[in-house]
Amino acid sequence: MEGQSVEELLAKAEQDEAEKLQRITVHKELELEFDLGNLLASDRNPPTVLRQAGPTPEAELRALARDNTQLLINQLWQLPTERVEEALVARLPEATTRLPREKPLPRPRPLTRWQQFARLKGIRPKKKTNLVWDEVSGQWRRRWGYKRARDDTKEWLIEVPSGADPLEDQFAKRIQAKKERVAKNELNRLRNLARAHKMQLPSAAGMHPTGHQSKEELGRAMQVAKISTASVGRFQERLPKEKAPRGSGKKRKFQPLFGDFAAEKKNQLELLRVMNSKKPQLDVTRATNKQMREEDQEEAAKRRKMSQKGKKKGNRPGPGGKRKGGPPSQKGKRKGSLGGKKPSGLPGLGGKRKGGQHQGGKRRK
Amino acid sequence: MRPLTEEETRVMFEKIAKYIGENLQLLVDRPDGTYCFRLHNDRVYYVSEKILKLGANISGDKLVSLGTCFGKFTKTHKFRLHITALDYLAPYAKYKVWIKPGAEQSFLYGNHVLKSGLGRITENTSQYQGVVVYSMADIPLGFGVAAKSTQDCRKVDPMAIVVFHQADIGEYVRHEETLT
Repeated sequence: MEGQSVEELLAKAEQDEAEKLQRITVHKELELEFDLGNLLASDRNPPTVLRQAGPTPEAELRALARDNTQLLINQLWQLPTERVEEALVARLPEATTRLPREKPLPRPRPLTRWQQFARLKGIRPKKKTNLVWDEVSGQWRRRWGYKRARDDTKEWLIEVPSGADPLEDQFAKRIQAKKERVAKNELNRLRNLARAHKMQLPSAAGMHPTGHQSKEELGRAMQVAKISTASVGRFQERLPKEKAPRGSGKKRKFQPLFGDFAAEKKNQLELLRVMNSKKPQLDVTRATNKQMREEDQEEAAKRRKMSQKGKKKGNRPGPGGKRKGGPPSQKGKRKGSLGGKKPSGLPGLGGKRKGGQHQGGKRRK
Repeated sequence: MRPLTEEETRVMFEKIAKYIGENLQLLVDRPDGTYCFRLHNDRVYYVSEKILKLGANISGDKLVSLGTCFGKFTKTHKFRLHITALDYLAPYAKYKVWIKPGAEQSFLYGNHVLKSGLGRITENTSQYQGVVVYSMADIPLGFGVAAKSTQDCRKVDPMAIVVFHQADIGEYVRHEETLT
């Protein structure tokens, strides 16, 4: 008995081993192509098993996926490994599959004004060194930029040129000239950019003060100057009697009078379709039944209240109508008296009630 | 004169759909010609393409009206239907109210319809539903808003309002100056 069981155990162990090997080793007619850099395995075998599978090839697909993944992982195990923070990690090789571009190629930009001129004249960019020897400071300094070699705004002594006014501030003059150069450069850059994107720059055509500008031009120039601040003119003071400019918003654009009639019709039908689909479908019978039920409940509650009040406070003359008539009549014309006397008689109350209802109707409208 | 913008079209369609529901697409898409809505001096005109082309030859300040005026946009961009739209609402109306001959006069003077003047009302009218008012001889007299649903109309007392008046054909005489 024990011998048999031992033999059985051994046989079982052998069977398990064989299955494991079968699981790990996968037989394929065509070898797979691996791109381990992208963790990619391409199977070129013809999918005959799938075609024979029938309408639901779930099991066959799962088996195929399992086999291919097994092969990929076998390949991964053959890579050189290293240890990173208590984890065994395989080092992947370079990816061989080229992925397509995410965005399209950039369009060629139009040449800037300088580039056009240089091309015309045949000027090539001369190779220049980055650093220049600066005698004054006795060190190598940049050709341009921060702490550059020959910065004329940083000179401590400037000789007054022979023709110039002796009281003029030469230092300020140099700083001013630099600011103007910077502004001009910026303007040209923006112009190049606008040309590249085919946009229109806000032009300063009529803004320079000549002697002869019309009233409208001056007004326009004044408006532009007003909004050319960092907060777009919000905190600019106005003269005492100056009014805010009208019509400075965006002009609305409407469709042309005889546009495409078919397109107009299509748009309107589409709008109608959307409107109808959004409306909740009212189940009318259910709604009316619900309402009738509510009304019946209200009436029953009222009857119960009436009977309770009758029991508690003894016999009271006059129906509930008189009490109902009370509040609306008090709401009415009580300007003179201080609310002491109530109008006598039911017909008056009934009339007041009608008036109240009419008012309610009008208000609802 | 200009076509309506999306927003204006939506507001107007919502108003008209309260009276004629999905039959509105029969107004937009007609088999017998192209009809369109145009806005002129805040009023909406429903006009055929032929008439529109003729009307475009008249300068804006001299043009009073063209086609059928459906209504106008108020200063706060709400749409108000005028009685002149009745010819297009009446055939497509979903919910109708017939009033007795005695109450016709009162309605045509601009008063609301009381329960005592109510002849017939379509079944399943909900409260505040847009309705078209007819005489007992099936002549459209105007339109309004149902103050009570059909169920409530049966229970309510005879002096209660059942239809709020919005427009009636008596306005052709009373408001002659303002209608175009």
